[in-house]
Amino acid sequence: MSIDSRTSTQPARADTKGSQLPQVAEPRNPGMALDLDWVMSAQANTSAIERRTATLPGRRSVKKAYQAAWLLKAITLIDLTTLSGDDTPGRVRRLCAKGLQPVRADLLEAMGMAAITTGAICVYHDMVETAVAALSGSGVPVAAVSTGFPAGLSPFHLRVAEIGESVKAGAAEIDIVISRRHVLTGNWTALYDEMRAFRAACGDAHVKAILATGELGSLRNVARASLVCMMAGADFIKTSTGKESVNATLPVSLVMIRALRDYHDRTGYRIGYKPAGGISRAKDALTYLALVKDELGNRWLQPDLFRFGASSLLGDIERQLEHHVTGRYSAGYRHPAG
Amino acid sequence: MNVPEIFESMDYGPAPESAADALAWLVDGGDRFGHFIDGAMTGPGAGFVSKNPATGEVLATLSQATQADIDAAVAAARAAQPKWARLSGHQRARYLYALARLVQKHSRLLAVLETLDNGKPIRESRDIDVPLVARHFYYHAGMAQLMDAELPDREPLGVCGQIIPWNFPLLMLAWKIAPAIACGNTVVLKPAEYTSLSALLFADLCREAGLPRGVINIVTGDGAVGEMIVNHPDIDKIAFTGSTSVGRRIREATAGSGKSLTLELGGKSPYIVFDDADIDSAIEGLVDAIWFNQGQVCCAGSRLLVQEGIADRFYEKLKRRMDGLRIGDPLDKCIDIGALVDPVQLSMVAGLVKSSRGEIYQPGTALPETGCYYPPTLITGLSQADRLMQEEIFGPVLVGTTFRTPAEAVELANNTRYGLAASVWSENINLALDVAPKLAAGVVWVNATNLFDAAAGFGGVRESGFGREGGWEGLLAYTRTRRKTRALKPAPANDGTGDVVGGLDRTAKLYIGGKQARPDGGYSLPVFSRQGKLIGHRSVANRKDIRNAVEAAGKAAGWARTTGHLRAQILYYIAENLSARTDEFAQRLHDMSGRPARSAKAEVEASISRLFTYAAWADKYDGAAKGVPLRGIALAMNEPVGTIGMLCPDEAPLLGLISVMAPAIAMGNRAVIVASEPFALAATDFYQVLDTSDVPGGVVNILTGSHAELAPTLAGHLDVDAVWSFSSADVSGVIEREAAGNLKRTWVNHGRSRDWDGADGEGRDFLAAATEVKTIWVPYGE
Repeated sequence: MSIDSRTSTQPARADTKGSQLPQVAEPRNPGMALDLDWVMSAQANTSAIERRTATLPGRRSVKKAYQAAWLLKAITLIDLTTLSGDDTPGRVRRLCAKGLQPVRADLLEAMGMAAITTGAICVYHDMVETAVAALSGSGVPVAAVSTGFPAGLSPFHLRVAEIGESVKAGAAEIDIVISRRHVLTGNWTALYDEMRAFRAACGDAHVKAILATGELGSLRNVARASLVCMMAGADFIKTSTGKESVNATLPVSLVMIRALRDYHDRTGYRIGYKPAGGISRAKDALTYLALVKDELGNRWLQPDLFRFGASSLLGDIERQLEHHVTGRYSAGYRHPAG
Repeated sequence: MNVPEIFESMDYGPAPESAADALAWLVDGGDRFGHFIDGAMTGPGAGFVSKNPATGEVLATLSQATQADIDAAVAAARAAQPKWARLSGHQRARYLYALARLVQKHSRLLAVLETLDNGKPIRESRDIDVPLVARHFYYHAGMAQLMDAELPDREPLGVCGQIIPWNFPLLMLAWKIAPAIACGNTVVLKPAEYTSLSALLFADLCREAGLPRGVINIVTGDGAVGEMIVNHPDIDKIAFTGSTSVGRRIREATAGSGKSLTLELGGKSPYIVFDDADIDSAIEGLVDAIWFNQGQVCCAGSRLLVQEGIADRFYEKLKRRMDGLRIGDPLDKCIDIGALVDPVQLSMVAGLVKSSRGEIYQPGTALPETGCYYPPTLITGLSQADRLMQEEIFGPVLVGTTFRTPAEAVELANNTRYGLAASVWSENINLALDVAPKLAAGVVWVNATNLFDAAAGFGGVRESGFGREGGWEGLLAYTRTRRKTRALKPAPANDGTGDVVGGLDRTAKLYIGGKQARPDGGYSLPVFSRQGKLIGHRSVANRKDIRNAVEAAGKAAGWARTTGHLRAQILYYIAENLSARTDEFAQRLHDMSGRPARSAKAEVEASISRLFTYAAWADKYDGAAKGVPLRGIALAMNEPVGTIGMLCPDEAPLLGLISVMAPAIAMGNRAVIVASEPFALAATDFYQVLDTSDVPGGVVNILTGSHAELAPTLAGHLDVDAVWSFSSADVSGVIEREAAGNLKRTWVNHGRSRDWDGADGEGRDFLAAATEVKTIWVPYGE
C-alpha cells in the first residue's frame, strides 16, 4: 500500500483502531477559517461536467487481471452498509461477518490474493455496539450515521449529543448530515458553524460530511458546500444518505473531487471522498475508480481517502470475480450473503 | 503483472480492440485496391502503399488514379446524374437511409479500419466519427425526402468533385457525399492518400445499398489526382476540405471556369477562458479541443487566451491534466492520444515546436518506441507577434497567452487570418453571449468545444474558407436557384458630339465615406445620350479610389451592429427620397439608354419597390435554433459578411445598383459599389438621394470607372470580404482569381444575364450572399 512519504513523518494518532483509518498516513484536516471569497468563486458548469463524466467510461477501460485487481480494490473501499428500520443485532453480525470475509476464499486463492476486508461497516447508532463487538480485533472500523440521519432536522443539541453517544459506543467514523437549508438559503456561515460543532463533537473519530447532493439544487451548490465543510474540518465529504431520490452520480462526484483537489492544493490536506447510494454494479465501481485515479491520482485509491457507500455492490463484484477465475458467468446464490 | 501486484499498483493495463475483422477485410480485397467507378471496383493499378502510422506496417497497396480513370469516373457521374436527379426525393431518401443503416451495421469494422489507417484512438473513431457519419446520412435522407416540398425552386448543380483530408477520412466523406447526393448531384470523391481505406469500405456499402451505379465514384491518389478533378472540364462543383494553401490554389485554378466552389480550410481557433469560468471544466474542454485526434483538427482550439488574473493557476492545472493523458496504441480502448498520421506530419510538428521561443511544457509520459507519436505540448509566454500564435500547427500543440478585458480578448481572438471556430468559457451569460457574435468565426462554442452535428452548419470565414456543411444552409452548396439566363453582351457607351444639352454644368463625382470626392487620378470622361448629346461627365476612379472607399467602409463597421429596424427605416427613407425624384431619374435613364419614357419610369418604380423589399427583409431574415442532439441550443445567426465590393449590371443602371446595394446594407454590410460603366450617371445622381436619407458615411460608397481596371483591385483587396459582379465586362475570371488572396467569397455572373425586373432580381439568393451563417452552440443546464 502506498503511503505518501511527504506526510508519513507527521505524528499519527495514538489510539488508532485499524490500519484503514485515515490518520495513519495523513495528517488530519484541522479545518481553516471560512473563506467566503473562495467559496463564492467556485463554479460548476453542469453541461461540461456531464460531458466529461458521460465520456469517461468510453475513455477508460480495465480488462482481465487488471479488472479483477481493481474490483478487489473496490471491495476494500466499501463501507458495507445496513440502514434499515428492521435491523437487528443478528442482521448486523451477519453483515460484519461478510465484511470480514467479503470474497470466497477459493476465489482469492485462485487469484493469489491474501485475505481482504471491506473498508468499514456502516450502521445506525443503536447497532454500533453490536458491530464493534463483531469486528473486534479485525481492524475494520465501524461507521455510524448520525445527527438525525437522514433528514438532519432534529434539535441541534440532540444531533451533537448523538455524535457523542456513537463515539462512546465505539464508532470510529461518524457520518453526519448537513442542514440542506443552510445551502439552499446561501447561509454558508451557518453551515460552517454547524460542521465545526459536529467535528468538535466527534473528537478523535473521523467525520464524514453527507451533503445530500440530490437535495442541493445545483452542482454549484455542491461545490460550495463541499468547500465549506472541508474548511470546517470534515475528514471525508460524502454525497448522499442513500435515502434521497437522487444519490451518488458521476457529475456530482466530479464536482466534489475537484473541490477536494483544490482544497489539497491550497492547504496541503487530503480529504477523503465517499459516493453513496445507487452504486450497485461492478462496472460502475470501475468507472468511479477511474474518475478518482484520473482526477486525483492513485493516492486516493486507498481506504483512508476513498469509500463506496453501498449495500448491493459487493454481490455483483463477487460474481464478476468468479467469472474472471472460472470463465463462466456466475450466480448470486454461489456467494455467501451478507 | 499478477492480480496482487496490480492491486497495489492500480495501473490501467492493456485494453486492446481486435483488428482481426478489419485486417480480414483487407485480405479479402487482396490487399490491393483499385477505384470505385460506375458501381464497380476497377482492377488495381500502379500506386502507393497505405501504412498504419502507429506501427509503420503496410496495410494495403492503393492505385494512383490516371487521367483516364478520372475521365471514366466523371463520365459515369455525368451519365448517372440526370436520372438520379429525376428520382423523387423519397426515392433518394431511401438510398441515404440505407447507407445510414449500413454504416451502423458495420460500425465497428469502419471504426477499427479508420483507426488502423489514421492512427486516431479507437475511442474517437468508435464514439465520435462513425456515429456522426451515420447521423449525417440519416439527416440528409430527411433532406432528400423534403427537398421537393421545401426547395421547389432549387435544382442540383450536377457532377461534384470532392476532395477530402486525412484527419477525419470517413466523416469528411459523409459531410461531402450526403448533402450532394441528397440534392440530386452525383459525385467523384478523392480521399486523402494517407487514409483511403474507409472510403473503399464505404464503396462496398454503396453496392450493398444498391445505389445506382455512377452516383458515387471514389478515386484514390495524391495531389496530382486532386488537380485532375479540380481541372476537369465536365465537373460542375468542387468541394474541398484541407489546407489553406491548397484551397487557395484550387480557387485560382477554378477561377473563371464557372465551377461552383466551397472550401473548408485551416484555422487557429481561439479558446477563450474568462476568470469567472468553471476552470476545471475549461481545462477538460482543452483535452477535447487540442488533444482530440492528436490536434489534427481544422477547428482545434489551438490558441489559448486566458484572463491574466487566473493564468498561472490555469496553466498549473492544465499541466497536471496533461500529465494524466495516456499516449499509445490507438487500438487500445484506454488511450487519449494516438499516432499522428504520417512521419511527415510528425517531423513538421516537431520542427515547429523546436523553432518556438516560448516556454514549452511536455509531460514526462513515455512514448511508444516506434510509430508517429508526439507528446501533448503547451507553449506559453508567447505574444501575438510570435509565429506559432499565428500559424496552424496541426498537431497536439497548444499555444497560450493572456488578456485583460473582454474587449481585448475579442481583439486578440480576431487578430488572425483565419476564422473557423472559437470557444468561450464563462459562467456569465451576458459576457458569453456578448462575445460570441463578435468573434470572427463560423462556429462558436460556449462552455464547450468541438461539438458537431448534421443539423448545425459548419464552416469558416476569412482564410478558413467559405460555404457551410450541415443544416439547411449546407444545401446551398449543392443546389442553385432554377432560372433562365442568356449570354450578356458587352454594353458599349454611347458616342457623341460634345454638344452640351444645356443648363448649368453638374459635376458627377465619386461618393466615398459619405462625401463627394474628386477622383484621385483627376480624369473624367464624357457621357453621351443615346442621341449623342453630352449629358455630363463621369469621374474615372482608379486603384487609389478603391483603397479610399474600402477604408471608408472599414470605418463604418458600426453599421453591422445597428438594428434591423433602423436599417429598414433608412431603406424606406431612401425609397421615399427616390420617389420624390422619380421624374428626374426616369429622364436620366431615358437620356442614357434611349428607352421609352414609360420603361425608364418603370425602372425607377421597380427600384423603389426593391428598396421596400429589403427594408422588409432587414428585420425578417431570421436565424434558426437547430435541433441538435444535446441539452442546449445551436443558434444559426445570419451575420453580415463585412465589406462587399460590387460591380453593377449595365442592363438596368439604377435598378441593378439598388438590387445589389439594398440587400447588402439591409443585412448590415458596407458596400463599395462600382456603377455601371457606360451608364454611370444614374448612380451619381443616386448618391444625392443617399445623402438626404440618413445613410451613415461609408456604408455605401459609389465609384465610377472601368470595370476591367477596377475589378482586380477590388477583388484583390485584402480588407474586402466579398465581391459580387453582374458586369457586362468579362471580369468574372479575374475576380475569382484575385479573390484567392484572402479567399474572399465571390458571386459573379460568368457573363450570364439576370432578369433584374423579375423574381430573379431579388430575394433569398441575395440575402444568403449578404450573410454568413454563424453557428453558436450554447449547451445549458444547472
